[in-house]
Amino acid sequence: MSHSRNSHLHIDLTLTNEGFCLQVSEQIPLQGITAICGPSGAGKTTLLRCIAGLERAKGEISFGEQFWQQGKSFVPTHKRGIGYVFQEASLFSHLSVAANLHYALKRAQQKPSAADMNALVDLMAIRPLLQRHPDTLSGGERQRVALTRALLSNPRILLMDEPLSSLDEARKQEILPYLEKLRNLDIPVVYVTHASQEIARLADHVIAMENGKVVVSAALNDALMHPQFPLNAIQQPGVVLRGEVSEIDEQWQLSATTLCGSNERLWVRHEGHPLHSQVRIHVLAGDVSITLSPSTDSSIQNIICCTLHSITDDRQPAMAMLHLQVGEQWLLARTTRRAVEQLKLHAGMMVWAQIKSAALL
Amino acid sequence: MTFSPADITAIWLTLKLATLVTLLLLLIATPLAWWLANTHSRLKVPVSALVALPLVLPPSVLGFYLLIAMGPQGPIGQLTQAMGLGTLPFTFTGLVIASIFYSLPFVVQPIQNALEALGKRPAEVAATLGAGPWDRFFSVILPLTRPGFMTATVLGFAHTIGEFGVVLMIGGNIPGETRVVSVQIYDHVEALQYGQAHSLALAMLALSFVLLLLTYGSRRAQVRVL
Repeated sequence: MSHSRNSHLHIDLTLTNEGFCLQVSEQIPLQGITAICGPSGAGKTTLLRCIAGLERAKGEISFGEQFWQQGKSFVPTHKRGIGYVFQEASLFSHLSVAANLHYALKRAQQKPSAADMNALVDLMAIRPLLQRHPDTLSGGERQRVALTRALLSNPRILLMDEPLSSLDEARKQEILPYLEKLRNLDIPVVYVTHASQEIARLADHVIAMENGKVVVSAALNDALMHPQFPLNAIQQPGVVLRGEVSEIDEQWQLSATTLCGSNERLWVRHEGHPLHSQVRIHVLAGDVSITLSPSTDSSIQNIICCTLHSITDDRQPAMAMLHLQVGEQWLLARTTRRAVEQLKLHAGMMVWAQIKSAALL
Repeated sequence: MTFSPADITAIWLTLKLATLVTLLLLLIATPLAWWLANTHSRLKVPVSALVALPLVLPPSVLGFYLLIAMGPQGPIGQLTQAMGLGTLPFTFTGLVIASIFYSLPFVVQPIQNALEALGKRPAEVAATLGAGPWDRFFSVILPLTRPGFMTATVLGFAHTIGEFGVVLMIGGNIPGETRVVSVQIYDHVEALQYGQAHSLALAMLALSFVLLLLTYGSRRAQVRVL
């Protein structure tokens, strides 16, 4: 118990406000990226603001062993040691980019070293912007500066409120790689979003909210496979496979990814990821079919051997969901019940998964 | 254009009064404006109305009530007497207090407007970066609302210089103590000293114009910088 408390952000909050009721009791792991998702009005931002101390709900919040809110005691925002990236540009317009960064540096509880600062400025590629004024930056540049500024205050946890939602598609693609780099910085991140792409690409843990309540809280793939996961109502369930780029075929513009925890490889369109980089691959359940032997005369390039772990019901009565184990990772396949019957599929048997389409995230 | 020693005394007194009142008003109006800009209290509307009253009330009415309140029988008068300060009417201190009431809306409203236009976000951002409340005010809110504070300062100063009715009611006409420029001009006109009245009036006109010129000038400069 004490161990889990140390490594979690513990939240137990109730807030009633003009017909809206937020009621959350959750443990957020203090490692990796936790995505809070759900439709607008679900209370995601309110929850994040409560964690930051920008809003006050009834209840308790503790960061590891330290209480941020308990009974009448309430640690104010500036003493929580958090970083916060707001939805829209939040740079101080009376200060240059460099002065904005310096503002955070000056007030950091533990000042990052000059070397760390330089490394961060280069990591976020904002060195050319330092002398500029925030009003002259593009939306994407502003969010990169805001992210750098939040990190320079050396936060114990980074809170991000839909940092990409005010940007157009091209700008989003420009920023996502920088957000992925957060993983290397070893700061726990809580990331509010409603975009499934951002979840699949960034999240390690997912908390789905609806009407002020948490409906699903699970590791990424468990959430993506969860029938109650709200995004599964609008898109099909799928999984995110982790792996490492192990070969690049320049001639056909394909790259092979070796899946973590197994020797299986997936060939996908080469998207410019260098050799040995860690990548994520999104595979939808509907794009996976099952055969009992590896076919060699198919256009499908990716056929991998896996163990059928279980068969569950689908929302549609004609369909079934197959949970497949590939090394230590999971794959979902959606097939008709009749196919399950005809192939005599049962838990524990070895099958071949044909992956019709998979995309690098 | 020549000023008599009495004119000089009046000008000096007026500037002293306006400077002191403006400084005190900035101290009083800033927290008041901040509260008005941020509160959801039901008191917001009545307090706003009270603050704005001097805008519409005849100065003589305001001066009359202040005279009663500060007089020997009034609540403020009783308090000051109990503290051994005597009564405030017909003193410079009384004039300062009356002017604070009289010019309050001219200082509160520009600051309140600037704070409302700024919104809570910059202060929230500063808090997430580790800035405490005072730090937030001086490092973020004040620089971002500077035009509002400039306007408030100039309007408070100029309006205090221009007051007449309240001064007559509360201060009377004591040279060096309560006889400010506007009263001095009135006295000159009463005595048919139009030349002297002209000099003072022109000085007031020029000062007011220059003050407003500086405010609008600085505002434009600020816009250009941004």
